[in-house]
Amino acid sequence: MVTIHYAKDNFELGEDQSVLDCLTDRGVPVPFSCRSGACQTCLMRATGGKPPEASQQGLKDSLKLQNYFLACVCHPTEDLEVALPDDDDIQAAIPATVKSLTLLNPEIMHVALECHAPIEYRAGQFINLFQDPTLGRSYSLASVPYEDDHLHLHVRRLPQGRVSGWIHEELRPGQTVEVRGPAGDCFYTSGNNEQGLVLIGTGSGLAPLYGIVRDALGQGHTGPIHLFHGSRDLDGLYLTGELHDLVRQYTNFNYVPCLSGGDVPHGFASGRAHDVAFQQIPDLKNWRLFLCGHPEMVKAARMKAFLAGASMKDIYADAFNVSQSS
Amino acid sequence: MSQQASLYEQLGGEAAVNAAVDIFYRKVLSDGRISAFFEDVDMEKQAAKQKAFLTMAFGGPHNYSGLDMRTGHAHLVERGLNDSHVDAVIENLAATLRELGVDDALINQVAAIAESTRDDVLGR
Ligand SMILES: Cc1cc2nc3c(=O)[nH]c(=O)nc-3n(C[C@H](O)[C@H](O)[C@H](O)COP(=O)(O)OP(=O)(O)OC[C@H]3O[C@@H](n4cnc5c(N)ncnc54)[C@H](O)[C@@H]3O)c2cc1C
Ligand code: HEM
Ligand code: FES
Repeated sequence: MVTIHYAKDNFELGEDQSVLDCLTDRGVPVPFSCRSGACQTCLMRATGGKPPEASQQGLKDSLKLQNYFLACVCHPTEDLEVALPDDDDIQAAIPATVKSLTLLNPEIMHVALECHAPIEYRAGQFINLFQDPTLGRSYSLASVPYEDDHLHLHVRRLPQGRVSGWIHEELRPGQTVEVRGPAGDCFYTSGNNEQGLVLIGTGSGLAPLYGIVRDALGQGHTGPIHLFHGSRDLDGLYLTGELHDLVRQYTNFNYVPCLSGGDVPHGFASGRAHDVAFQQIPDLKNWRLFLCGHPEMVKAARMKAFLAGASMKDIYADAFNVSQSS
Repeated sequence: MSQQASLYEQLGGEAAVNAAVDIFYRKVLSDGRISAFFEDVDMEKQAAKQKAFLTMAFGGPHNYSGLDMRTGHAHLVERGLNDSHVDAVIENLAATLRELGVDDALINQVAAIAESTRDDVLGR
C-alpha cells in the first residue's frame, strides 16, 4: 500500500487513485484543471521519494531534476512525500553574512553573501532575501556554485523600493540577513552541449545570465553562446570588462552590449537588447533561450522567440516582476 | 497497424500532441484573424491548454464535457468569437497536421471532431 505524505498528514493512496484525487478528497487545496496531464496547474514537488516518470511528462528538464511532477497523472508505486510548489515551509530560512557590497554601476549593487549552512543551487536560480520576516524579495544568483565561494546578487535600486533601497542604503558588510531558496527553473542543464544558446537581459537581468553563461562554459558547452545585455545608456551596463575577457577566453562565446538611448559609441549595438538579438539571429529553431529582467521585455521576447522557431520547452525566463503587495 | 487502433493511436498519441503543439500554437499566434484571442495570456499556461485542445481533437483521453467547452469559451464569445474564428482554428489545425505529414483521411477525422464542438464553443 502506498502512502502520500503531505505537510504533517499521511494519506493512503487508493487503487487507481491519482495523488491529486487523494489529496483533494482529503481537503488539501491543490489547484487543478484538465486532470489529464496537459495543463500543469496541478504542479507539485516530491520532497521525499521519486515521482514516476509518467507524471513528469512535458515538464522542463530543470523541473524534472528538482522532482516536480503533475499530481493528476501521478500514480506512484512507492511512498511519496509531496509539497505544493509555493509552500514556503519546504525551505527553511538560512542566515547569511553580508561579505561585501560593491556598486557595479550607479544603480546596481553587487551583494556577496556567505550562508551559515550549505545551500545547493544552480547559477541563474533565485533566492528570497528577507529584510525582516514579513518582507522578502527575490534576487537571482549570478554566482556559480563550483567557481564562487559566496552567493552573488545584483540588486537594482528602484525609486522608493523598500528592499532594494534598504540594500543600497542601510545594509553593511558583516550584517546577517535571512535567505530562503533557491527556487526557479531558469538555469543551464548539460546534455545537449552543441545547442546554440541566446541569452537576453535588461538591467540587473544580467545577474542570472552572468551565472548561466559561466556555468555553461564551465560545464563544457560547445555550441555558440550569444549574450545580449541591454540598457538605455552606457551607465546602465556593467561587468563589460569581465564579459569581454570571457569572449577572449572562449571562442564560442559572444557578448553584445546594447544601448537603446541615442548615443551609441563604437563597439555597442544600437537598439533594445531583444530587437538586436532577433535581428542578428532571425531563425531560432533548435536554439535555447534565457530571458531575464524587465517583465515587458521578457513577455515580448518570449513571444518573438517562439514565433522565430524556438520550441516552448527551450525558452527559460525570469521576469523580474515587482510585487505590488506589501 | 491494427484495425481497431483509435484515431489518437494512429496519429501517434501523446508524442503527436507534443510534436503538434508548437507548430499549431505558432500558427494561431501568427494568424491575424484569431491571434487577438490568444495574445494577452500567460504563454506557458496557454501552451498547456493548446495541448489539451489537441489531445481532444486527436480523439485522445480528456475529461471535457460540452458544458466545459461552453463555459471555457463564454468570455471569448462575449468578445465576438464567431463561426469564422472556429473555421480559422480548424484550418490551422489541418495545416499543422499536413506539415507533420499526416494523411488527409486522418486530418478529416480530426477536423470532424473539432467541428462537432462548434456549437458548444460558440455557446449555441
Ligand atoms: C524571479 C525574480 C527574480 C528577480 N531577480 C532580481 C535580481 O536579480 N535583481 C534585481 O535587482 N531584482 C530582481 N527581482 C526584483 C526584486 O525581487 C524586487 O521586486 C525589486 O528589488 C523591488 O523590490 P523593492 O522592495 O525594492 O521595491 P518595492 O518596495 O516592492 O517597490 C517596487 C516599486 O514599486 C513602487 N511602489 C511600491 N509600492 C507602491 C505603491 N503603493 N504605489 C506606487 N508605487 C509603488 C516603488 O516605488 C518601487 O519603484 C526579481 C524578481 C523576481 C520575481
Ligand atoms: C474548434 C473547437 C475548439 C475546441 C475543441 C477548443 C478546445 C479548447 C480547450 C480544451 C481549451 C482548454 C480549456 C481549459 O482547460 O481551460 C480551450 C481554451 C481556449 N480556447 Fe478553445 N477550442 C476551440 C475553439 C476555439 C476558438 C475558435 C478560439 C478563438 C479563436 C479558442 C480560443 C481559446 C482560448 C483563448 C482558450 C484559453 C482560455 C483561457 O483560459 O483564457 N478556442 N479551448
Ligand atoms: S490538472 Fe492539468 S495537468 Fe494536472
